[in-house]
Parts: sequence; C-alpha cells; structure tokens
Amino acid sequence: MNTLAVQTPYTVPTAMMEALQITLLVLVAAGATAVVLIRAGVRQVLMLSIYGVLLAVLFLAFQAPDVTLSELVVGAVVLPVILLLTLAKVRKREQ
Amino acid sequence: MQVFPFVVVAWILGVGLYGVVTSRHLVHQIVCLIVVQSSTYVLLLGVGYVTGGVAPYFFDVPNHTPAVDPVVQACALTDVVVEAAVTAMLLAFAIQAYKRFGTLDPQELADLKG
Amino acid sequence: MTPRQRRWIFLIAGAGLVAFYLWGLSGLPGFGNYPGPYGFAILRVAVAQTNATGVVSAINFDYRGFDTVGEEFILFVAAAGVATVLRRLRGERERPAVDEAAGRDVPATSSAVRMVALLFTGPVVLAGWWLASHAQTNPSGGFQGGILLATAFILIYLSGEFLVFKRLSPADLTDVVEAVGAGGFVVIGLSAVAMGLAYLKNFLPLGQVPGAVSSSGTIALISFFVGIEVAAAFILIVTELLDQTLLIRKGG
Repeated sequence: MNTLAVQTPYTVPTAMMEALQITLLVLVAAGATAVVLIRAGVRQVLMLSIYGVLLAVLFLAFQAPDVTLSELVVGAVVLPVILLLTLAKVRKREQ
Repeated sequence: MQVFPFVVVAWILGVGLYGVVTSRHLVHQIVCLIVVQSSTYVLLLGVGYVTGGVAPYFFDVPNHTPAVDPVVQACALTDVVVEAAVTAMLLAFAIQAYKRFGTLDPQELADLKG
Repeated sequence: MTPRQRRWIFLIAGAGLVAFYLWGLSGLPGFGNYPGPYGFAILRVAVAQTNATGVVSAINFDYRGFDTVGEEFILFVAAAGVATVLRRLRGERERPAVDEAAGRDVPATSSAVRMVALLFTGPVVLAGWWLASHAQTNPSGGFQGGILLATAFILIYLSGEFLVFKRLSPADLTDVVEAVGAGGFVVIGLSAVAMGLAYLKNFLPLGQVPGAVSSSGTIALISFFVGIEVAAAFILIVTELLDQTLLIRKGG
C-alpha cells in the first residue's frame, strides 16, 4: 500500500488526509449535538446551515464532490428557506 | 481510524433520536429528524471509502486510477434530495397542525383526539 | 407520563439501540478497506461503455436510472403534496400582499441585501445551467443544477421583489415546467422501449471524446430534464410556503 492518498499531481500523504478526516468527523459530531441542543427558532436554523457546510467539507475529504454539491445546495439554501418560512408563518399567528 | 467514522455515525443517530423524542416544538423535531437522516450519508460514504483512492471522476486523471466506490455516492446523492422533499412535506403538515390545533407542542398534540 | 420519565426511558432504550448499532457496524470491513466487487466492476467499465468521465452521474442516469426515476417522482409528489396540504381551506381568504404590509411597519429591505441578491442572480442562473448540462464530465448533475436555478428565484424574493417573483414564476407555468421535466425523463426511457431495447437504455450516439458535453448519449439529456424538474419542484414548494406566510389568513 503506497503512502500517497491521491495519485494526481496534487499528492497528499495518507497521514495528513486521515488527520483531516478525523478532525472533520469530530466537528460534525459536535455540530450535530449543537443542532439538537439549541431551541427552535432562527438560531437553530442557522446552526443547521453551519452543520450542512461542515458535512459538505467532510464529504469532500471523503472524495465525494458530487455529494458535496448536493449537500451544500440543499443544506444551505433549500432547508433554511423552508424552515424560516414555516417559522414566520407560525410566529405571525401568535401575534 | 478503522471504526471511528462509524462511532460518529452512531453518535449522530443517538443524539438526533434524543432530540426527536424529547422535543417540545414541531419545527425542532423536524430539524432533529434532518440530523438523524444526515447520519446515513456519513455511513454510506464511510462504507465506500478506499484508502489511497481518488474521486471517481476521470476527466483530468488517467482512466484506471484506483478510486473510491461510486455506487454509494450515487445512493447518498439520492438520499440528500429525498431528505429535502420529506422535510418540505413535514413542514406543510406542521403548518396545518398549527392552524387546526393552535399548538406546536408534540406532547400536547398527542393528547388531542381528532 | 411526565417528560422526565420519557427522557429516562429513552436514555436507557437509546443506549441499548446504539450499542446494538455499534455491534453491527463493527462487523463491517473497516474504514478504507472497501471489498465489494460492484464498485470496482463499474469503475473498470464505466468510461469505456458510456463515454462519460463522471462515473457517479453515469450510475445515476444510466446504470441505475430506474432509481433516479423513482427519486424524481418522490420530488414531484412532494411538491404536489405540499400544494394539496396547504390549499385554501374554508374560512380562509386571500389578502393581497400590499394589504399585509400597510398594517404593520415592515423594515424595508436594506440596500446591501438588495444589491447582493440582484448581483448574484445572473451568475447563479449561469452556474445552475452549467451544472445541469455537464453531468457527464465533472462533479455536477441535474439535481445540483436544478436547485441552483431555484435559488435564483429565491434571490429575487429576498431582494424584496415578491410581486416580481410571483409574476416571473406563475404557478401554472411552473407546474407545466415540472411536468415537462418529469415526463421528459419517462419519455426518454419509453423511446428506448419503442426502439426494442430495455427501458432507459442508453441509445443515443455516444460521441467521440469521453467527457465532452455532447457525449454519453442519454445521460446529458436526462440530466437536463432532471434539472428543470427539480428546479420547478422547489420553486413550487417555496411559492406555496410564501403564499402561506404572506397572503392567506384566517378569514372572518
């Protein structure tokens, strides 16, 4: 098993790639905990957005750029928009 | 490193389930469901990873370079889009529930009969 | 059952579930030692068979195209479901958006937000179109391109021009576009059947250069249809939710 993680002109040693993946996994676990512990509202939606971007970078480190693109557009555009619209609708009725 | 990604998958699943079960607000519950579903993306990509593999796109890389598994990436792609669709439907139901019952607390909603 | 009891019961049961899950996951071959033959088999033949250098898109639209048809219809049904669930009920009437704004003091959209949103609309449309039409070469594809195209419409709403948004994407036109996208995908598959091949078989000429835009037969065409269908579905969903927040109120 050779020591290079990528065979292209951009050579990355396996140890560095592993360190990157471990760091991102820890960050994703912390992000998921944060999303669950924050109460409902605009703050939780923002944290969900950050969690989506963290997941996207993790997928990039797992050599999956297509899934990265999908997760980015879904997690940073579509989900926050529909969640915020629902929250606006609910809050308006409370007035 | 052999099992660490799977430990993280189990952690995200557990944390998300905890959020779903002990939630007091329907929108918070839906967001925790999104977190639970995101654990499956990490699981899929973790299963298909090949140490020393490159992304399965051979546009600027010679044709038979060892690459990671592309089938689980296609599955994860489908998964992401399905999650968005399911979330949209659940939010529509949450709005209707609020309009009919006036409350967004799932533990109060469970007590209402029809 | 009080919330506290519920929490303790869940912690015990959840610990058991996670323990069993971890036990099952430890039976996997370990991270990085993917053994399975399916992935390696596809990697070996994909570029030669389909002339597409993006193997994931080739799987999505050619090898496992049937799964993608199912996913398209999940999105289609979700858009229809949101429109059905949020339909106007008895006792609700629709007040126009101008009426809503007169009653309360809404902060005007700041010029910074407006400028950024309007500046980015054009490049976002271009990026979405590029992604939807280059599925076979790079990491791109119908879904990502379609959602980016929907983002452009959301940007128009964010820049404060809700009425322009409604005029640019009337519900009838978006419905038709979505139906064309979903139907186009099915028709491509059926035209393969009409030629005597299996459903969704790649029958268009494969092109000379692997990875060129005009190569890989039906993959590019299907990706384009998927892109416009996904864009229309998300625009419909967002429009429904916007109607709920801004227009429909409980009548009386």
